[in-house]
Amino acid sequence: MIPEIEELYQEVILDHSRRPRNFGELPDAAVRVHGDNPACGDEIHLAVKFDADGGLADIKFTGRGCAISQASASLMTIKLKGKSRAEVMGMLGAFHDLVTEETSEVPKTLGDLRVMQGVRKFPQRVKCAMLPWRAVEQALEQGAGEASVSTEPA
Amino acid sequence: MNWRVAACRADYRVHKIATSTLDWKTTREDFPILREKAHGHPLIYFDSAATSQKPRAVIEALRNFYEHENANVHRGLHTLSSRATEAYENARHRVAEYIGAASPNEIIFTRGTTESINLVAEAWGRKFIREGDVILLTVMEHHSNLVPWQLLAERTGARLRFVPVRDDGTLELEQLSSLLTPEVKLFAFTHISNSLGTINPVADLCEKARAVGALTLVDAAQSVGHLPIDVRELGCDFLAFSGHKMCGPTGIGVLFGRAKVLDSMPPWQGGGEMIVSVALEKSAFKKAPHLFEAGTPNIAGAIGLAAAIDYIESIGRPAIFEHDSQLSRYAAERLKKLPGTRIFGPNKERGALVGFVMDAAHPHDLTTFADQYGLAMRGGHHCNQPLMRRFGVSGTTRASFYFYNTIEEIDRMIEILHAAARFFS
Ligand SMILES: Cc1ncc(COP(=O)(O)O)c(C=O)c1O
Repeated sequence: MIPEIEELYQEVILDHSRRPRNFGELPDAAVRVHGDNPACGDEIHLAVKFDADGGLADIKFTGRGCAISQASASLMTIKLKGKSRAEVMGMLGAFHDLVTEETSEVPKTLGDLRVMQGVRKFPQRVKCAMLPWRAVEQALEQGAGEASVSTEPA
Repeated sequence: MNWRVAACRADYRVHKIATSTLDWKTTREDFPILREKAHGHPLIYFDSAATSQKPRAVIEALRNFYEHENANVHRGLHTLSSRATEAYENARHRVAEYIGAASPNEIIFTRGTTESINLVAEAWGRKFIREGDVILLTVMEHHSNLVPWQLLAERTGARLRFVPVRDDGTLELEQLSSLLTPEVKLFAFTHISNSLGTINPVADLCEKARAVGALTLVDAAQSVGHLPIDVRELGCDFLAFSGHKMCGPTGIGVLFGRAKVLDSMPPWQGGGEMIVSVALEKSAFKKAPHLFEAGTPNIAGAIGLAAAIDYIESIGRPAIFEHDSQLSRYAAERLKKLPGTRIFGPNKERGALVGFVMDAAHPHDLTTFADQYGLAMRGGHHCNQPLMRRFGVSGTTRASFYFYNTIEEIDRMIEILHAAARFFS
């Protein structure tokens, strides 16, 4: 097998794409974000519940997409559950660097998310990896109700 | 009328005999880029529906123009300007011959299919489309033959109607009689679908449209480099295509318009080249085609397109069509047998492409995987979002072929897809 392929599609990523965690509905969500990647038609529906301090009490998603976007969403929801607003924003920045910056140090705080590092060698796939993160960013911004977000600026 | 009867009536048989004697391997050597490697593997270029590769003859024609003829057209009186003007106008002649237009004046050079269609929507649409009029399209149109009409409808209050697509990827022709009412002013449709490979019965559709007094526009982006086209036999009023999908350079395309129709149209863009005289308050305009070519045109592009036409004609479009059909039929057969694979488009006759999805992997994952083996395919919605929705998918993987591709490359594609299926499931 080709090394770049194995680096991009690590076993953890394939596992999460086949059996995404936190996949499903969140009936009492405070905010729902529909995210889409118009370049390929992938979409994600993210539902978020906040705790009293505005942190992420619960987070789930549905939708369909490539292995990268599905795994990214699955890994993200595991990582973000229970995190404060500031922690989420910090992680968003760190994750973006992880999948885009060739040289940057990889912060330990990213934990399991570090398996997504292979994406940086595939610039066309950055949007796939970022789609769920764009959705969570929008959820925080919106706070309540419904919103949508796209990987292409409108 | 069968498209083949319509499109190749004159010379189909003669060329068919010649096909078998062609050496396609030698033809392949005319394309320097096909010697490239991708990720260390020999390049397999299966993305010609997006843009074709260019033969040396076209690359040389561009170089020759810039080295020996470059000047602006229709302006200077010096030697180079006459050379450039002659070469540019010869290219127009060549295009007219190539598609069977009655006169070079029916050939307008544009940036490509998209611009050609927008030109019609703007110039013709502005004058002839009113509130309540209907523009008939099909569900399989490329966004470039959909969005310009949406914009026109928004501006004028016209309505859009769509011929539905059957499960097998062909048009629901039995719906035509109820869709083609007298309010229909234009029927715009693709010759060959860029996602399904469906070859639409153009002559028949044009005839039916004419019967209710509607004009017709044919999107020939996927057909004009692949099979013989004669606009008079097809009976269309407009035909749009791009040079870059038929061995030509990017940035050059063509709008064919029947002389009578072009003469009824107001100018589109204003500027140099399209005027006879200009006063401060008012200008007198040239006639078609110059009326629709404001500003310095893509001179080198037109010359490169003429070289592409010469090149294609040296092989022969019936031979090209035979070869491409053989490839796409073979690919479809092999793909169908891959476990968990669904292919789109008609079973029998299809253009030079196959769209498919595999249960094991999303189109983007598949194309990323394939690329690492040197195989260039396209994954996504192919500017066909409504069509993708019609088939309940967000996108497909598309392998598209041209005469420089081989059966061996398809075998290799199947191997790579097997490997992908194993890897992802
Ligand atoms: C059927 C069809 N129509 C229109 C187009 C648009 O062509 P262009 O982008 O060259 O204007 C394409 C190519 O992408 C196509 O396949």
